[in-house]
Amino acid sequence: MAMKVLREVGRKRSGAAWIGGSRGFADCAAAAMGVAERREGGGGTKAVNLFTAVNQALHIALDTDPRSYVFGEDVGFGGVFRCTTGLADRFGKNRVFNTPLCEQGIAGFAIGLAAMGNRAIAEIQFADYIFPAFDQLVNEAAKFRYRSGNEFNCGGLTIRSPYGAVGHGGHYHSQSPEAFFCHVPGLKVVIPRSPREAKGLLLASIRDPNPVIFFEPKWLYRLSVEEVPEGDYMLPLSQAEVIRKGSDITLIGWGAQLAVLEQACEDAAKDGISCELIDLRTLIPWDKETVEASVSKTGKLLISHEAPITGGFGAEIAASIAERCFLRLEAPVARVCGLDTPFPLVYEPFYMPTKNKILDAIKATVNY
Amino acid sequence: MAAWLSSELARRAARRIAGELRRRGPGPWFPSSSTVPVLGPTAGYHRGFCSVRRFAGDTAAATATAEDSDNEFAAGELQQVVDFPGGKLSFVGEMNFVPESQRERIKCYRVLDDDGGIIYSSRFQEVSKELALKMYSSMVTLQIMDTIFYEAQRQGRISFYLTSNGEEAINIASAAALSADDIVLPQYREPGVLLWRGFTLQEFANQLFGNKMDYGKGRQMPIHYGSNRLNYFTVSSPIATQLPQAVGAAYSLKMDKKDACAITYFGDGGTSEGDFHAALNFAAVTEAPVIFFCRNNGWAISTPTTEQFRSDGIVTRGQAYGIRSIRVDGNDTLAVYSAVHAAREMAITEGRPILIEAMTYRVGHHSTSDDSTKYRLADEIEHWRTARDPVSRYRKWVQGNSWWCDAEETELRNSVRQEILQAIQVAERIPKHGLAELFTDVYDQVPSNLREQQRSLLDTINKHPSDYPTDVPV
Repeated sequence: MAMKVLREVGRKRSGAAWIGGSRGFADCAAAAMGVAERREGGGGTKAVNLFTAVNQALHIALDTDPRSYVFGEDVGFGGVFRCTTGLADRFGKNRVFNTPLCEQGIAGFAIGLAAMGNRAIAEIQFADYIFPAFDQLVNEAAKFRYRSGNEFNCGGLTIRSPYGAVGHGGHYHSQSPEAFFCHVPGLKVVIPRSPREAKGLLLASIRDPNPVIFFEPKWLYRLSVEEVPEGDYMLPLSQAEVIRKGSDITLIGWGAQLAVLEQACEDAAKDGISCELIDLRTLIPWDKETVEASVSKTGKLLISHEAPITGGFGAEIAASIAERCFLRLEAPVARVCGLDTPFPLVYEPFYMPTKNKILDAIKATVNY
Repeated sequence: MAAWLSSELARRAARRIAGELRRRGPGPWFPSSSTVPVLGPTAGYHRGFCSVRRFAGDTAAATATAEDSDNEFAAGELQQVVDFPGGKLSFVGEMNFVPESQRERIKCYRVLDDDGGIIYSSRFQEVSKELALKMYSSMVTLQIMDTIFYEAQRQGRISFYLTSNGEEAINIASAAALSADDIVLPQYREPGVLLWRGFTLQEFANQLFGNKMDYGKGRQMPIHYGSNRLNYFTVSSPIATQLPQAVGAAYSLKMDKKDACAITYFGDGGTSEGDFHAALNFAAVTEAPVIFFCRNNGWAISTPTTEQFRSDGIVTRGQAYGIRSIRVDGNDTLAVYSAVHAAREMAITEGRPILIEAMTYRVGHHSTSDDSTKYRLADEIEHWRTARDPVSRYRKWVQGNSWWCDAEETELRNSVRQEILQAIQVAERIPKHGLAELFTDVYDQVPSNLREQQRSLLDTINKHPSDYPTDVPV
């Protein structure tokens, strides 16, 4: 029974990703072209999935900067999600290597490497396992520049980590811990929604002179496929993107949740509700202006994320937008998020902020 | 070279065993899981940097024991072998648990006796008169600096201080054995390393007062010094976080083929942190040229080492991680200097981490927020402050060489005292950084949320100026 439910959810997710990949995200492609001047390189595009896009970004990062390193648990043979495939063969085992199984060691080592002027691209195998590295990231990486008065910095640090639901991950292969890191001045938190975004945002994160936590939606590693430029390009950090224009309500999300929100938008459109969909992309420092402009227009806001609702980053967005748009808001800010439980295995379909939960909230907010 | 030596040793051992097996032929004792027991390194041993140094040493020190290993094989104790991931193991019929400790504690390397005389037969790195005197005057400077800054805190002129009393030899002698290119990742009781590298007394005072000349821009508590110019990473309060960072820094030096190593300092308490384990293991596996320098001063604030760990101190941990280690008398300037000198050489030329445990005693309180007489005997402190003082012990040796006299001592102490008092007066008068520095350096550029908060704060300050200190220019 449970397996049947999960397969069902998997199919729904799969469909969402494909829709997003083939059509829904076509809008975002156009928007991305809007920042074409930020891009370098050229060449054509090729339809690839998300892990391949990440892999391409890592190849480019290592190729374009001899002082860059990729390491983490099991990255040497290509990584458990295949994101580091071919890197060790091409760039050698001094620059691409396995580390002992110790997240605080990975983070600490990466900080030291970055502080010496290198680009340290470290993988934490699952975001669920990032917590042993929490002290290194919060007390060390985030404060490295500030506490030294800019005598030292570890800006070359990028931590990549797969996050979020995957249909069968249970407590420890499903969590979305982004909010913890959004509470830490000095870190940047970036989450891509698709292969094209993943490649451009990852390259931007690696080259950003600040420590970045880059969460990759593991459900989309294989499911999400879209045309990705083969060359070297970056997408700007701290810029949200309106990926679907609308007039009745603003929806905000990031990562894998965009695909679910996109489906809800489609269904709402059938009921005559025009949704504006925004991908926040960088969670801190986040692009309040884009969100504010949209909510000023629609008068309604819905935020959706997989992480538990209480203390989630949606709460921060809700409070900020209430502050900025109070008189223009026509309904309370809605949040459709994960439940305040540990991430449950067989109950995953109940836990998740699914399309119909979102659709109901859209209708309730619009009809408020 | 290193790879060749270890694999050659392994081949010799393999030949010996193979011969033994041929003589006896397979019998009932022959383990079925064992095929032809070839001990040579397999392909798996050669992956990346974590390749060649498994169990067999490859340097002079290890070579000295090579004969012993051969004899072991010859004695027939390793006749039965089986291969597990990680290498071949011999069988033993007796159920022997590895004991929790060695019968005898690891000995402590010493050069100077309590009276400052060279211990007969001790081996040490020679120091010139010039170097010896510079070390001595730096130790004295550190001592006086601690005394006066401590008093300044007691008078309420600075908010906090932390002395290095009793650990002057560790501070100065370890620094003297390094080169200026070596990267230092300190804990917080090593200001002498920074002093040795040329951080001026005025620079120390500026940090303590958090004034405009403080490189840290007044953001951290006193004693959190740092200097890019002097390759001394800025101190942070969390314990042992600098250890895995030192491994990353050392790995960078190795990749850049620099003639330099990283050194990181920590206390006995710090070895209980996960970061200590993480760092030693990462260093061993990545073969990073890093010196782990443990100041075992007996106390982690109020917790004695008996309540911190049950091992024979720190030095014994090294072997478990595959790291060469030494225990040294931390109050013996020449022993510390010699040990660090040798450690640096091995770390860089052989590409390996080294662990040093320096035995000492924290003569001062943990910090100005602590009264250590609440948890340890005043007599004990007094004994270490006087009879075991590393500075006077070293002075006896220096004076024994006729390199130093009482008149010079008096002059040095007076001039350092004057210089520090002057530095305090100057530091007190230098204004604080402006309010804008509250918001810079969080990121490389000030993001919009911080610009917004800055504007809002300025409004509040204009409305309620009396709520805010007047010494921070707005």
